[in-house]
Amino acid sequence: MSERLVIGVGHEQRGDDAAGLLVARRLADAAASAAPDLRVLEHGGDGMDLLLAWEGAERVFLVDAVVSGARPPGELHRFDAHRVPLPSALFAGTSTHALGVAEAIELGRSLGRLPERVVVYGIEAERFDTGTGPGPEVLAAVERVAGRLLEELASREPHDA
Amino acid sequence: MPERRRIQVEALARVEGEGGMNVVVRDGQVEDVKLRIYEPPRFFEAFLRGRSHTEAPDITARICGICPVAYQMSAVHAVEAALGIRVDGPLRMLRRLLYCGEWIESHVLHVYMLHLPDFLGYEDAIRLARDQREVVERGLRLKKAGNSLVTAVAGREIHPINVRVGGFYRAPRKRDLRALRDELAWARDAALETVRLVAGLDFPDFVCDHEFVALQHPDEYPFCDGEIVSTGGMRIAASAFEEHFEEMHVEHSNALHARIRGRGRYFVGPQARYNLNFERLSSVARQAAGEAGLGAECRNPFQSIVVRAIETLQVCDEALHIVEEYEEPDAPFVEHEVRAGWGAACTEAPRGLLYHAYEIDDEGSITSARIVPPTSQNQATIEDDLHRFVQQHVTLGDEELTWKCEQAIRNYDPCISCATHFLKLEVERR
Repeated sequence: MSERLVIGVGHEQRGDDAAGLLVARRLADAAASAAPDLRVLEHGGDGMDLLLAWEGAERVFLVDAVVSGARPPGELHRFDAHRVPLPSALFAGTSTHALGVAEAIELGRSLGRLPERVVVYGIEAERFDTGTGPGPEVLAAVERVAGRLLEELASREPHDA
Repeated sequence: MPERRRIQVEALARVEGEGGMNVVVRDGQVEDVKLRIYEPPRFFEAFLRGRSHTEAPDITARICGICPVAYQMSAVHAVEAALGIRVDGPLRMLRRLLYCGEWIESHVLHVYMLHLPDFLGYEDAIRLARDQREVVERGLRLKKAGNSLVTAVAGREIHPINVRVGGFYRAPRKRDLRALRDELAWARDAALETVRLVAGLDFPDFVCDHEFVALQHPDEYPFCDGEIVSTGGMRIAASAFEEHFEEMHVEHSNALHARIRGRGRYFVGPQARYNLNFERLSSVARQAAGEAGLGAECRNPFQSIVVRAIETLQVCDEALHIVEEYEEPDAPFVEHEVRAGWGAACTEAPRGLLYHAYEIDDEGSITSARIVPPTSQNQATIEDDLHRFVQQHVTLGDEELTWKCEQAIRNYDPCISCATHFLKLEVERR
């Protein structure tokens, strides 16, 4: 059985940035009964650790907050990252300090360390105030992404069901 | 009218205007260099008030995704100072082991993924990996060794949960730590290879005259204990930090600028530790430093990559010794009575001195918290270095100058944005 992994990326205390973590928690709850073989991780988003986190996994679903600025908060983006690079402008990552999600995927591609399937959900985010939780549109999007992930996990991989 | 140009180098900003660097050049002279740092600790200082002293390590661990252990270590030592708890023996060694893990994680990330591509002429680690896969793979495996240490001691590598006031919730089993021996032996060799690799890089001539500040222990390379010492002759107890250092608001950053009272800017971090503790390095690390052509003092910030590599070797070596000699403690933590008090502690985070102080009431609630992270201590010094650096390269075009500045900033491994990640660099020529 191929290993399936859901990674929610984000930061708890930075407003909409918590979106990925909340999706991971919803999936962990659901997986306890519906998909016991599903592995779920909450992650800070450091690219080097992402590469290590998905070692051995064949199908990875990654959820992160993104900022395109062109869509309202709560809108969803979906990418098949095993096929095409992520638009790195969406996934803020590069700094003097760490590699982000987009860089981790490209580094994985360079090193032959990319899982067979990497699906990335981006939740359009707006506010990142310290000490706050996500806004209502983003919280609603968390539910939508969790629902879509559960469908995707169930329908596209019948042999894993 | 003076000519003004504004260049935005990286359009990766998740949060506009939070972290970044602004340079103002007028008629070929650098007028101003400002580093904007976002600083989460201020929020956490307020957040901690009214919480139990037992929550300090887990709450402050959330400040930084890269160095949660450092926040936990400074938090527990400060709370223990307030409560009069002394943690010794195997528990103390476990704390050192945990810190070894975090230093490996942080230094390896910086050396291999961020700093090395600059020196080897690659835009980033992705392009480096295409050409020199084995180098990046070595970095990745080293990082994994650091992660394994943190997981073994702290429960998990991200948001570690096993650290508590007085010790740990659960002490690791002897056999679980012994199981790390082979990988740590590999890591020590790999760290030595890393020192040799980075020692051969080309470093620009750039020397700084900073006053370096670090912890100093009588016979160990510093982690959690020791006096605060400086190359300017300071020698004080960690609890006297606030008497000797002050923080000031500056307009351009929501981080505070720190300085030594009556003296001015100073510098903490790997180079400060190295310069003040060279004699306390293990023989293998000292020998590697010698082979790398580094003396007992290193004042070129570009060579910080060599110092980080030497420190990585140092902690791989120490971690190997600890897992080989570890005996399980009788109890995973020292019991304590709650009492009112004030306590402060400094520990050496990967980026340098991290100060925590707590006031606790007789019910164990925190009534005040003070956190001074390394990057805000270094901010004035980094700006000073960058000012000179930009002046040296001011004739370059904007694109090349900003690229050079990015590289120069990487020398300091600043924690510009502990929570959301981006750097924006703006050059204004007037």
